[in-house]
Amino acid sequence: MSFLITSLAIIVAGGLLSLIFYKSHRFSTAFGAGAAVLGCIIGIVPAVQIIYYGNTETLKLAWDIPLGSFFLQLDPLAAFFLMPIFVLSALVAIYGKEYLRAYREKKLLGISWFFFNLLVASMAMVCLAANTILFLVSWEIMALSSFFLVAFEYEKEDVRKASWTYMIASYLGTACLLPMFLILGTGSNFLDFDNFLKNISPRTADICFILALIGFGTKAGIIPFHVWLPVAHPVAPSPVSALMSGVMIKTGIYGLVRTLTFLGMPPLWWGVLLLVIGIVSGVLGVLFALAQHDLKRLLAYHSIENIGIIAMGIGVGLIGWSTGMPVVAALGFAGGLLHVVNHALFKGLLFLGAGSVFHSVHTLEIDHLGGLIKKMPATGFTFLIGAVAISGLPPLNGFVSEFIIYIAAFSGAIKMDIYPAMFLVSAIAGLALIGGLAAACFTKAFGIVFLGEPRTQEAQKARESSRWMTAPMMGLAAACILIGFLGPLLLPFMSPVTGTILSNPHSAEIKKAADYLLYVTAGSVVFLVLVAVIAGLRSRLLSGRTVGKALTWDCGYAAPTARMQYTASSFAQPVIELFQFFLRTKKHLTIPDTYFPSAANFESHTPDIGREHLYKPVFTGINKFFLRMKIVQEGRMHIYVLYIVITLLVLLFWYMR
Amino acid sequence: MNSAIEIMMILLVLSDMALLGLSRLRTCISIVSFQGMLLGVLALTMQLSAITPRLILIAAASFIIKGFIFPFLLRRGIREAGAQYEIEPFVGYIMSVIAGLAMLGISFWLGAKLPLFAANTLLIPAALTTLFTGLFLIIARKNALNQCLGYIIMENGIYTFGIVSVAEIPLLVELGILLDVFVAVFVMGIAIYHINREFDHLDSDRLNILKG
Repeated sequence: MSFLITSLAIIVAGGLLSLIFYKSHRFSTAFGAGAAVLGCIIGIVPAVQIIYYGNTETLKLAWDIPLGSFFLQLDPLAAFFLMPIFVLSALVAIYGKEYLRAYREKKLLGISWFFFNLLVASMAMVCLAANTILFLVSWEIMALSSFFLVAFEYEKEDVRKASWTYMIASYLGTACLLPMFLILGTGSNFLDFDNFLKNISPRTADICFILALIGFGTKAGIIPFHVWLPVAHPVAPSPVSALMSGVMIKTGIYGLVRTLTFLGMPPLWWGVLLLVIGIVSGVLGVLFALAQHDLKRLLAYHSIENIGIIAMGIGVGLIGWSTGMPVVAALGFAGGLLHVVNHALFKGLLFLGAGSVFHSVHTLEIDHLGGLIKKMPATGFTFLIGAVAISGLPPLNGFVSEFIIYIAAFSGAIKMDIYPAMFLVSAIAGLALIGGLAAACFTKAFGIVFLGEPRTQEAQKARESSRWMTAPMMGLAAACILIGFLGPLLLPFMSPVTGTILSNPHSAEIKKAADYLLYVTAGSVVFLVLVAVIAGLRSRLLSGRTVGKALTWDCGYAAPTARMQYTASSFAQPVIELFQFFLRTKKHLTIPDTYFPSAANFESHTPDIGREHLYKPVFTGINKFFLRMKIVQEGRMHIYVLYIVITLLVLLFWYMR
Repeated sequence: MNSAIEIMMILLVLSDMALLGLSRLRTCISIVSFQGMLLGVLALTMQLSAITPRLILIAAASFIIKGFIFPFLLRRGIREAGAQYEIEPFVGYIMSVIAGLAMLGISFWLGAKLPLFAANTLLIPAALTTLFTGLFLIIARKNALNQCLGYIIMENGIYTFGIVSVAEIPLLVELGILLDVFVAVFVMGIAIYHINREFDHLDSDRLNILKG
């Protein structure tokens, strides 16, 4: 525990120092980024130790806040979430040092580094806190510091709007968490997690579960509480989006899982609800991602998709728990939680890749890019690895976690009653559909951005980013590959983590899944060897011959132009048409009308279904209601005093009654 | 001694009724000034047997501030604004007096029900009536000066209420209320001056053109 305290102290101190030296961007960057990296490295040590030995450490200090105590608890579940937080934060800090340098003339970087370090420390505190007040304070610091980071370019109108959306969503979520914790803590003097009610009635547990699902789900970004993600991520600086999408939204998952440990034996419908939400989030997330033209918005929708996969894993685990099937329970939770780490790695990687593209080309419009892999090989190659991983293809890490969820769902579906089995089968189908659509989406994203020919002058002039930026990306790519290949070895370490939730490690079941995984990994190793052999053969055959280079996709034309290539929307069009019912893509057409047409035009954009059809009507309604309430604001002081008098008199009479 | 308190209470209620029924601002100010002095004396009469420096301080503050300083400020307000009468109040003068009688009734009813110990049965009803009168004037009169008077009368009511249990109410609270009203009168004095300069009248009901 002392390591962790040191690490957090260093991170916060670094943030404060960078705030103090805000006048010099060199000093503030050195203090902010340096402290973040150092603190994260120190913090990883105890997290790995706890996972390895499976024990729990606690630290309890008195605190003057009413109902509060400075109570930290590092159990395997917390340690498991701390690992990606520290790893990704350290890499993002290195990357951010270079990325933010471009803004050194315009912005006070010391302020940004202060909030960055505060965000890292508060995320760690959220996972460590074992007292309600401490948890909520950390939770709010996390929300506020990320709000200020999203609002980095606050002088732009859309950035301000997006950060307000994020702020409002964040507070609406916390509004659900407060009553939940109060219900749980009824009757205890300190709202410490281990003082919570042990035997809560099923009805109370149901209420708490729903509140936790809304409150934590808003942070995590499950549909229908996802609206802030696709607006906040595109406007935030890329390192911030990487950190937020990679680990911050996972604190929502952490909170949900932690709450489950308080609530005891779950009824079946919790798992079913979470599973259905997961499938909806996953499928809709990836569909909307497919329809996007902005690279970072596309990635933001993929975060929703992956949160959906994580929710599916936890949902499967809950179904297994409530039906008393340890294999399903342990593997469901293991798969869902492992996907938390995996998503942190590859989504962090992809956002950093998008940031690298933006850094060099200054746009994220997919249709303005193209051919970048020739100009930016490191970015392109690592982005490709991230794309393969997020599509859940073997042998990379995305596959490992999805495979475990598959095993959990399959082993439940063949043994359970028809009612839960039906949902597990739909989980399998949903997971398969998500995987396929994700692959289609990243074929589009990678193909249009990195392959082909540059579509604009700016893309033509793209240059590879410096080592400070590519090295963290390579590190993340390496981690994706390593977890992918070492999956069978790493999987047994999940048992203390799921053991924290299920109060039984179920090591045997997890070991069995690792064995299954070994077959697949072996298969992919054979496949890779085969590919290497064929590639070697190809280069042997080609050696000594002249190899010519031509334009990509010139299709036999004598004078092809870059505009003749596929665009992002034309590439995705077949799939989009298929799911038009959900997507409701809006199209604006100028059809060529004569035999020698001069101008034609086609535009399409896909607004968010939740925003357009759920939140917009609700908030417009609220707005209308309050406009009508304006008659209460009479403008006469007499009437206001009258209101006060009437209120007081009513209260007085009510009391005297 | 008890009869002295009773007389003072009756005077207080009568002055409330007079305030409700009069339109001439200068007279109203004089009556409020009289009320302030009355309350200063009341505070001393209540505790004749045990006069403490604290009590003297409260009584003197009330006597001087309400009896002389407020009236001075308000008269200056009248002079600057040139408004002598309340014209067209929201609630007419006869109706105001009737409402005042109704408030007196309610106050007696409340006074009987409120779980308070008072040395004299008239104390609490009179205090409540004064309080209600102040609030009524704020609501029913248009002239900003009259509203200012309403605040002072309301404070008089609170003060009388406080005297009932002067031993229990801390000095600081009492002085705090007094200070509040003092600042309020001060600010309103300035506001009145500016309202008058901007709008050429003192009718606060027309301030609603400022609402958003």
